[in-house]
Amino acid sequence: MDYFAQQLINGLVLGSIYGLIAIGYTMVYGIVGMINFAHGDVFMIGGFIALITFLILVSLGLTAIPVILLVVLLVSMAITALYGWTIERIAYRPLRHSFRLAPMLSAIGMSFVLTNYSQVAQGARVKPIPPFITGGYTLHESTDGFVIQLSNIQIMVVLTTIVLLAIFTWLVSRTRLGRDMRACEQDQTMAALLGVNVDRTISMTFVIGAALAAVAGLMYLLYYGLVDFFMGFVAGIKAFTAAVLGGIGSLPGAMLGGLAIGLIETFWSAYFSVEYKDVAAFSILIVVLIFMPTGLLGRPEVEKV
Amino acid sequence: MTAPSTNTAKPATGIPALFKTAFINALVALVLFSLMVGIRTEAGSDGQLTYWTRFGELASLVGIVFGGSIVMELLRQWIGPTGTEKLVPPAIRSGMSFVGRYLAPALLIFTLLVPVIFYNQRYILDLAILVLTYVMLGWGLNVVVGLAGLLDLGYVAFYAVGAYSYALLATNFGWSFWVCLPLAGILAAFWGVLLGFPVLRLRGDYLAIVTLAFGEIIRLVIINWQSLTGGPNGVSGIPRPTFFGIPLDNSDDGLAAKLGIEYSSTHRIIFLFYLILALALLTNWVTIRLRRLPIGRAWEALREDEVACRALGINTTTTKLTAFATGAMFGGFAGAFFATRQGFISPESFTFQESALVLAIVVLGGMGSQLGVALAALAMIGGFELFRGLEGYRMLVFGMAMVLIMIWRPRGLIGHRAPTVYLTKAQAISSDLVKEGHG
Repeated sequence: MDYFAQQLINGLVLGSIYGLIAIGYTMVYGIVGMINFAHGDVFMIGGFIALITFLILVSLGLTAIPVILLVVLLVSMAITALYGWTIERIAYRPLRHSFRLAPMLSAIGMSFVLTNYSQVAQGARVKPIPPFITGGYTLHESTDGFVIQLSNIQIMVVLTTIVLLAIFTWLVSRTRLGRDMRACEQDQTMAALLGVNVDRTISMTFVIGAALAAVAGLMYLLYYGLVDFFMGFVAGIKAFTAAVLGGIGSLPGAMLGGLAIGLIETFWSAYFSVEYKDVAAFSILIVVLIFMPTGLLGRPEVEKV
Repeated sequence: MTAPSTNTAKPATGIPALFKTAFINALVALVLFSLMVGIRTEAGSDGQLTYWTRFGELASLVGIVFGGSIVMELLRQWIGPTGTEKLVPPAIRSGMSFVGRYLAPALLIFTLLVPVIFYNQRYILDLAILVLTYVMLGWGLNVVVGLAGLLDLGYVAFYAVGAYSYALLATNFGWSFWVCLPLAGILAAFWGVLLGFPVLRLRGDYLAIVTLAFGEIIRLVIINWQSLTGGPNGVSGIPRPTFFGIPLDNSDDGLAAKLGIEYSSTHRIIFLFYLILALALLTNWVTIRLRRLPIGRAWEALREDEVACRALGINTTTTKLTAFATGAMFGGFAGAFFATRQGFISPESFTFQESALVLAIVVLGGMGSQLGVALAALAMIGGFELFRGLEGYRMLVFGMAMVLIMIWRPRGLIGHRAPTVYLTKAQAISSDLVKEGHG
């Protein structure tokens, strides 16, 4: 039981990270109708920028942990958001009225560009950082000595996710931008006729998605203590699985799917085999798409002629 | 490249506007590259991260973006608005069609003569075999992507199934290459059906992700199922192919001894060359024949409009499934050939990059065009050879090329998607035949 509770905590933390990435997939799919294959690599870039900012701040002699965290968060969100904007501008916008598979292929190319760009720019080796946020709480200690740990970093990941989700939900449901986004999702032509700047709204979608992915990258860096240039690929597919599981196009669904994937992966590693944890996640993607193509909270898609 | 396309506003002309755009692009580039390029991190020997600055590289990159966007903008104004049909002089057009008609036979004759011309150049022969392997993979995937219009991102899975089928059957049971080759194809097709049956109901990009996931699953299973596949160490000591039972070696039973000529290691390379050429031509021939059959027509119709297909009574699931299985089978053949050529296979050879490379060949060649795929494979593998040793840079250039091709020539360099069947003359249909309610 204690083992189970510990895995539950670990799974929720991992799921929060996946959920943050999944929101980027689901938003873009909802509005533009394409799978932003490069989104996993945007997450990786976010992790790298967080790492570099962190290094600079530490070497400048800053010691106040909250200040460092805040600056790293803001810098990595800002620069990664600019990456998201540039990617949309270069690789996706010219293809908006091209044939069906063109944006997908362009996105695959973009994903290769980003992966190898960071490999060339920062080297292929794994970049570790020393444990930055330490300490934690012992929730429960059973008689046989098994301890349920809740570390500070885990608390921070979950809290940050909740706060960001609250801000994000407010943004989508209450602001002018959010209304424009929802309008573009339903009918771009009609939205444009009613005075919504469709290009700008789509750009902003990519910017917000990239900023959330940057936060996920920072969390990943703090939680696992390392980044490498290849981490975006697998994390990206898993986050996409999360978005599909939750029902693509649905924002709460993406978070729910992220948590589900995180939990499934953690429990699979804990009770079955670590080697096959990715196989489990990918199999879920296939099974969900076959039996429940609309996901948990998605709306059925009707194809019209 | 970074020049943002102005969709809504009229493109501003004049020198100040030009410099303003370039300046903004350079500023964006400066922010983008500031940390990723300007600072280089590396883990030291004690695990401690160190960093150093590279402001020179950063400055030159920003300068390139600045200059590049000015050049791009000037080029755009010089070429004029895109999307307009250019008038080609009739002389050039007839010349082009002349080249188009004789290019394929000329290429084929040249390919047949390659081992004769480059007999002593082992490097060129090896490269030619590699190119032909990708030509075959491209033609195989062309059935799925180019003809049926199904985006398959996990094609390498079938390549892997073929390679491991031959490797395991040959090393464990000692079966000959010629027995295993059809088996490898059948097994790969079987896996294609197994995967295809449930997932082919999905829409285009969902299908792409599912095939990608399937490819990764196959790779992970190969890595982890150590007792069968040897895990990351791969399978080694795979038997070389024989000339229908006669080994191509220096023994008394070898082909050289039987023919009474002096043995040379080049014989095996040349044999492999003609083997893959035959396999590739088989793929091509089957594809061309299939395109004339009802099933091929159905594939092309499916690519153009799935809903209309269903309305015409075409069973879309079976049609997709046959395309998937046919493509998978050729992937399996190519895999078996790969295993016998290398003598050693490991999961490293079957990554997603490989799938993307084959897909890029098909896309670059203009989906559906057999000649285009062959030329694209030649260009792609040749281009990769130029970047040999620069692993990171070559994939970087590859990714950029994929994006740029999608933007400039989304139909591929040799775009050719002409339907195989079309009405030769316009037919007038009386209006009372098409009136609503009368069929």
